[in-house]
Parts: sequence; C-alpha cells; structure tokens
Amino acid sequence: MADIVAPAYRTIPIIPELKPGAMEGKGPFVASDKINEALGFPGHLVDDWHDKAIAKMGDLLSRYRSLKVYMDACVHCGACSDKCHYFIGTQDPKNMPVARQDLMRSVYRRYFTLPGKLFPKLVGARDLTKEVLDEWFNYFHQCSECRRCSVFCPYGIDTAEVTMAAREILDSVGYGQKYSNEIIGKVHKIGNNLGLPGPALKDTLEGLEEDVKDATGVDVRFPIDVKGAEVLLITPSADFFAEPHIDSLIGYAKVFHATGTSWTLSSMSSEAGNFGMFIGNYEQLRTIAMRIRQAALELGVKRIVVGECGHAWRVAYSFWNTLTGVGDGADPNDRFAQMLQKQLDHRYKQPAHICEFTWDMIQDERLVFDKSKNDKYVITFHDSCNVARGSNMGGYPGGQFDIPRNIIRAVATNFVEMDSSTIYERTFCCGGGGGLLTDDLIDVRVKGALPRMEMLQQVKDGHGVNFMACICAICKAQFTKVLPIYGFDRKVIGGVHQLVSNAIQLGVK
Amino acid sequence: MNTLFAIFIYFSTLVFVVGLLQRIRSYAGTPAPLKIPTTPAPVTSGGVMLRMTREVVLFESLFKANLWTWAAGWLFHASMLLVVLRHLRYFTDPVWGWVVFIQPFGIYAGITMLLGLFGLLARRFFVERIRYISTPSDYLMLVLLIGIAASGLLMKFAGHPDVILVKNFFIGLMHLSIQPLPANAVLYVHLSLVFTLLLIFPMSKLLHAPGLFFSPSRNQTDNPREKRHIASWAVKLESEK
Repeated sequence: MADIVAPAYRTIPIIPELKPGAMEGKGPFVASDKINEALGFPGHLVDDWHDKAIAKMGDLLSRYRSLKVYMDACVHCGACSDKCHYFIGTQDPKNMPVARQDLMRSVYRRYFTLPGKLFPKLVGARDLTKEVLDEWFNYFHQCSECRRCSVFCPYGIDTAEVTMAAREILDSVGYGQKYSNEIIGKVHKIGNNLGLPGPALKDTLEGLEEDVKDATGVDVRFPIDVKGAEVLLITPSADFFAEPHIDSLIGYAKVFHATGTSWTLSSMSSEAGNFGMFIGNYEQLRTIAMRIRQAALELGVKRIVVGECGHAWRVAYSFWNTLTGVGDGADPNDRFAQMLQKQLDHRYKQPAHICEFTWDMIQDERLVFDKSKNDKYVITFHDSCNVARGSNMGGYPGGQFDIPRNIIRAVATNFVEMDSSTIYERTFCCGGGGGLLTDDLIDVRVKGALPRMEMLQQVKDGHGVNFMACICAICKAQFTKVLPIYGFDRKVIGGVHQLVSNAIQLGVK
Repeated sequence: MNTLFAIFIYFSTLVFVVGLLQRIRSYAGTPAPLKIPTTPAPVTSGGVMLRMTREVVLFESLFKANLWTWAAGWLFHASMLLVVLRHLRYFTDPVWGWVVFIQPFGIYAGITMLLGLFGLLARRFFVERIRYISTPSDYLMLVLLIGIAASGLLMKFAGHPDVILVKNFFIGLMHLSIQPLPANAVLYVHLSLVFTLLLIFPMSKLLHAPGLFFSPSRNQTDNPREKRHIASWAVKLESEK
C-alpha cells in the first residue's frame, strides 16, 4: 500500500479534464466459488452467462419501476456529469454517473428497444460481450450508491439503482464481488459483518463496562440479550471494537444510562449494516433484515433504535417496514407486519435513529452536559451520503440535517460548517461506501475522498477545524484510513456520540 | 403527395399515441418495491405534487446542477410549449380566443426555441464531458428539432404557404377526409420532420417526458416509517415463510 498517494487538491474546484481508461482494471477482487455459493449464487461465471444476464435484466426491468424508467428517461444532458466524487477524483469519464449508467443502458437499448435492435450504432447500443461484462464489474464497483447524481438529475435518475441492478445481474451469473458477498455470508452464519461470535461480543462488552467504570467511576452497563428491555439497539458491528466507532457506542450507553432507559443489544442480531442493499438483491436485503425482526420478537422490546451507520440507517428508515414490518401503518389484515407492530410502542417512531433518541432526551432536559469537555475541538459535520439523501429524521423534511447538528451544538461550543455546496443533500460520499470499503479498492477510495478532503482542508486552514463528526461506520473507517494519506491526523474523524460521551454528566439527574 | 402525407401523418400519430400509452401503461404497471425518494423529499402527498410541479415547470433539479444547461433547456422547452399551443389554430374552428391572443408571442417563441436548441447543441460540441456521452442520435435529435423550428420560421418570414389550405387539410384529416395541401417545399419538410418526431417519440429518449412522472425518486412520499409500502411480488416472499 506504500505507493498510494493522494491526488493533488484542485486550486479552484473546477471540473477536471477527462482521462479515459484511468480506472480500467482497478476493480475489486472477484468472489470465490465458496463465497458465492454460500449466498445461493453460481460459484463462478456460468457458461451461458450471456443469456442468463439478459434474462435477469428483463426480470429486474419487470420488478423495478426505477430501473425501467431510468433506462428510458436519460437525455444525456450532462447535469450529473461533474457530480460524482469518483469522477472528480479519478477523471475517468466512465465514472461520470451518466456514463456509468450508459454501461448498462447501451445493453438495454440493444436487447429491449426497437431502435437499438435496428440501428445499434445510432443510439449507442451494444452487444453484451465478455468485455462489457468485465467493464460492468469494474465500474459498477466504483460507485458507492451515494445518490448525489440523483439530486441533480432533472428526472431524478438514481445511479445507485442502476449499480444495484448491475451487481445483481453479475451475482446471478456467478461474477460476484468478494468483499460484499463474503461479508453477507458472515451475517447469515454468525450475525454480524465482522464475524464476531456471541461469546466474544459478550467479553468485549464486559471489558467496555470496566473501561467506562475506570474512566468515570459510574457503572454504565452494556446489556445484551435482555428479554423485556424497552429498547433494542441495532448498531454496526464496527462499534464493538473499531476506533473511533467504539467511542460512539460508549456515548449511546451513557445516554441510555443517564436517562434510565432499559436497553439491550442482541447477539443473534448484532449488525445494523445490510450489504444486501449494496449488491441490490431484495431477497438478501430481506433475509438480513429479518434477523432484526426476529430479535425484536424474541426479546419483546418496545422500541428499536439504530446506531450511527449511514447505509444502515437508509435501510432501517426506508426499507425495514417494507422488508420486515419494523414500523407503523400496516394494513389490519397484514398479519406478518401486525404481529410485530402490535408489540412496538407507537408513541415513538419505529425504528428511531440514536440521534433522534438523544435529541428527544436533550429537549426533555433529561441530559446534562459540560460543553467545556469538547473545547479542545473545533468541530465540523460531514453529512453521510445515505443519511443525507436516502433517509430522514424527526419526521419533517431536513430533520436528518438538523438533528445531528443540534446535538453537536448542545454538547460543544465550537462548530463550523464546510462549504455549502458540499453539505446537506449536496454532501460528498466519504469514498468508501456501497461495498467499496476494502483494501483491494484503496486506489479508488483515496481518489474518491478528494472533494471532501479539499473542503476539510479549507475549514482547517480557515477556522482551525480539528474534528469532523459524522454518523456512519463506513465514513469513520474510510476516513481513518485516508485522512493520513491527505496529511491529516486520523483522529480528526469521529462520531457525534463520541462528542456526547465526552460532555455528558452522569449521575447528575 | 396529399395522400402520401395523409398516410404518413395518420401512421406516425397512431404510433405516437399507441406507443406512448403502451409505455405509460408499462411504467404504471411495474411495481416500485422500495421507498427511494431523494432528498429534499416531501413527507406529504401535497408536498410531492408541489415538488413535481416545480420539476415540470421550472426544471428545479437541473437549475441546481448547471445554470447554462438549465437556461438553454428551459428556454427551448418553454418556447416549444408556446409554439405548439400557437399551432392549435390549425386544428380548431373557430379558433379559441386565448389561442388567438398568443399568436404573436408564438412567433417570438419560435426564435427563442431555436436559440435554446443551438445552446444545447453547442454544449454537445464544446463541453468535453458532454461530447463524451453524446451518441449520434443525441445530435440528430437536436438537428431534427432545429429543422422543425427553422422550417417553421422560414414559412413565417419567407414564402408564406396558404395557411387556410393547411388548416383545411388538418381539419379534413380530423374528419377522415383528405384535402389538398399547398404545394410548398418548406411545408413538406416541416411536416415530415414534425411527424418523424412523433414517430420516434415512444422509442427514444423523448420518453423523459412521461418518465419524469413515474420516477420513484421524485414521485414518492417520504413516509416509510408511518405506512407500510410493499410490492405484490414481495408479499409472496412473506407467505413462503
């Protein structure tokens, strides 16, 4: 990894010139037979991959309105062409959202539209060859499904939907990505992405209790598998041991402790992240999410709260009700969903984000903070892509932007925003989302972080910012890795609840 | 020539109407299994209607994306709308009052439509990124529209064909009778291009017009926690377990 260097900042963030082929052959590792077969996919590229892939595409076009409309509607206006962080960082034209979509659209035109069948050259249609399939594998794994392009598209075309469809087609012909598929295998087998078994998890939590006791003198508990607890906390498994994730986990525990909330983790369902979304497979997405439903039913909890995790919060907020019934408003005859929804306490949103929980408690004046504990920091906030563009908090438009910022302002004094063209729904992905957080993709990850690093540098130089808070496990892991490459201290990145943890006063109320 | 044009016009109109309806039916009939509205996503259906209206009328997202593309694109579309409305006078008898009122504006709109189109074409030639993503059909589509606007303006400012005859021809077609068209080369070109556009509409990128209304990232209400949203094919997964 020694040869990985950060691209130079753009002096004025202008649109870079094209470098065709710059990221060719920079795709991820291919999954082994064993990894693919564990998920029910063919082990390796099947002989009749061409026909199978086209058939799968037809199947997806009939099941997803998004894909169908998005294949037809693009007019090549170019509104999205300079919006992708991977394009900005790599200058490879195939990383422009429209060009990435066209990798699939060209095949769609050839096999599913009359002009493409009659005059392929005229409308940019092409046969699905092995080269095209390889190109799909390469470039559809240089998309983090962050949806920034969709914000600017006049028709709302979401490249994430196209990427997911492409990955699902690739999986269906035995051409899966190692990283995502291996991790999904671990969730099915063990219950979390890291493959941390129940006993090890319990050990870790006991160790944490001791650490917090040593640091604060207070018995803050980290309960697991407690039947009848009020709150089930579902959090990314990185929170259990990775830095700086663990500091946020301590923050959640302190909030629960200080408010006297009975809560529990689940050893069977110890993962908020859902890589089923990354590979675009509804069945996988659903099977993974079903563990949460099962844990909620078995433990008899009243509320489900989700920890700091971007894609996970999108899945939880936007998809859990659909997939598993975690939510409200199911049809009275919908026995599957009603079974769970009758158990949940609907005075609260189900599921709730930990930031919603904490902010409610702050508003109810049930938490006391000593802001000076965070005075060593000048803080900025990085909006994580899937929270910003694929979810909500607080039940009103924009709540997902206000609530984490409100919390930061409640627990710290020095807060500044980064450039307005890179926050809220215009935020840039960290560069590691959507199944790209793997060392075999480090080159694209470093380059994809460029736009965010430029803006961080700006507030560092202008305001002395030394802490970038976020609410996503992938952002935390990605930035920890790439910050030093850009000349920052790795500890600049951290969670919102890490700040909460620093400032919270235990045993005061 | 009259019969030839009549056949072509009937045929392309039929393809346009049937093709478009078929396309819309297939969009409407395809389920959207997951809630995927993009921020800023309204949490009420009224909010969604407002958002769609802003997209359709003002091209809000494009405005955020790129001012030049927005300016050229909006100028072209708004002008074309006026021009099309102006042409209603060839299909109505007596002509509606408001159509009479907009006649002079429609002529200016023909000119601004051309300006917008040249702006869009210039981007395809001069902006490297846009040139990279442009297919031959992208250029041809603009050339087709430029041809339509230019031939239309040419008839207004030079070599005026007998518009009464043109009107009789179209009113005739509406009553399934073929009346004579004025023998005018520019008119022939104009009509050929216009009805070629209708012919290719349902199988080309012109489907962006109906597509916008069916785009889940724009037309969905952001209320997944409040109301369970599930596709028919997804319900079947639940009965299996």
